[in-house]
Amino acid sequence: MPPDVFGRTILAAGTTIDALGQFELHPVLGELGATLRFSQSPALMIVAVVLVLAFLYIGMRPRAVVPGRLQAAAEICHDFIHNMAVDTIGPEGRAFFPFVFTLFFFILAGNYIGLIPFSFAFTSHIAVTLGLAILVFVLAVLVSLKSQGLKFFAHFMPDGAPMALAPLLIPIEILSFLSRPVSLSIRLFANMVAGHVMLEMFAAFTIMLAGLGIAGDVLAVGPVVINIALMALELLVGALQAYVFAILTCIYLREAVAH
Amino acid sequence: MQRAILTLRPVARIATSALPLATGLLVAGAPGAYAAGMPQLDFGNPLVIGQVIWGAAIFLVFYLIVSRSALPRVSTVIANRDTQIANDLDIARDAKAAADQAVEELRRARHDAAREAQDNIERVINEARSAAAQQTAAMNARLAREIHEAEARLSEARTKAMGSLRDIAQDAASTMVRQLTGIDADAARLRTHVDAAAGARGH
Repeated sequence: MPPDVFGRTILAAGTTIDALGQFELHPVLGELGATLRFSQSPALMIVAVVLVLAFLYIGMRPRAVVPGRLQAAAEICHDFIHNMAVDTIGPEGRAFFPFVFTLFFFILAGNYIGLIPFSFAFTSHIAVTLGLAILVFVLAVLVSLKSQGLKFFAHFMPDGAPMALAPLLIPIEILSFLSRPVSLSIRLFANMVAGHVMLEMFAAFTIMLAGLGIAGDVLAVGPVVINIALMALELLVGALQAYVFAILTCIYLREAVAH
Repeated sequence: MQRAILTLRPVARIATSALPLATGLLVAGAPGAYAAGMPQLDFGNPLVIGQVIWGAAIFLVFYLIVSRSALPRVSTVIANRDTQIANDLDIARDAKAAADQAVEELRRARHDAAREAQDNIERVINEARSAAAQQTAAMNARLAREIHEAEARLSEARTKAMGSLRDIAQDAASTMVRQLTGIDADAARLRTHVDAAAGARGH
């Protein structure tokens, strides 16, 4: 079978299911891609970025006082993230609004592009989600140190807790603080992987059942119906996980700017 | 490198089975999956780390475009709209104030006009009333005077009539005496009797 545009071989499983093969990375643009380590993942990141920017620029082109549909959609996206940032972080949230906006739409576009058949979700790679989570974590720590100075470290001892518990509480607080990027990245990664594995599974069931003759042809409709429902679920999960990532970023930044 | 991948494979298997229950069962039930582990954990593949480097660059470019150009563009449009709406509201508020003032002036003008009209009506009625009273008084005075004159004339006529009554009575008495007795009665004596009789009757 010839490789597709991303250099992948589409696997029509006979009696086996390759649920994880969809996450494999392949260099695009042939030798050049292999040399630059440029796989379909960054290629689709660029597609995601271009789509979001096109949406914003084409949507805002009329600059109308009474917006059309696309402009209204772009403005709703702007206001949605702006309100999220300012309501959660506080007045300082205005400074972080572009960052939260970038983060949210990078993840959302990545999740949704992954739902297009034969496409790929770059948010299903722990390296990508962990990179984003570490970015958020480092930003939050830097903002904390800038706005609170060394008082930042006082947060590892909860207010009003008895001093005797300090040797127990401080390690727990530090551990929970350090686990933030881990939970943030694994939450998104696991959700995307689980969704795509399920879609691949049920799609493969259809093919396998179709090999069983007439009865199989009839039964093969079942997984298709399930996949339609799963697609709806994944649309929800894709938006929800982008939102969760963005709102947790806002919460971490609020703690960072709080005095 | 190869060894690292091998050590990661069991981890990948555990991670795979930690996926949602249904998926986990299905993966376990599927004989001989093609990918030996999760490709995401195959850190020996340069493409896995490569996408992080590329991703960082793409994310940075995305952030710079969004923060420098795309979002200010949206914010400007929204801010312009808010300003325009605020201005329009101000204009509307001013227009309403002017309209309210005009209504108030109209109301006052109508009130004043109504009062003036009422005053005019009252003045006209009073004038008419006093004119009528004057007329009545003049008429009454004229009638009273005429009555008075008529009474005076009547009294005079009566007095005059009363004065000639005695002459007539004396003539009648003198004629009766002459007819009855054939002699002429003494005029002076007759006059005395006529006066006495007239005086007794109040004439």
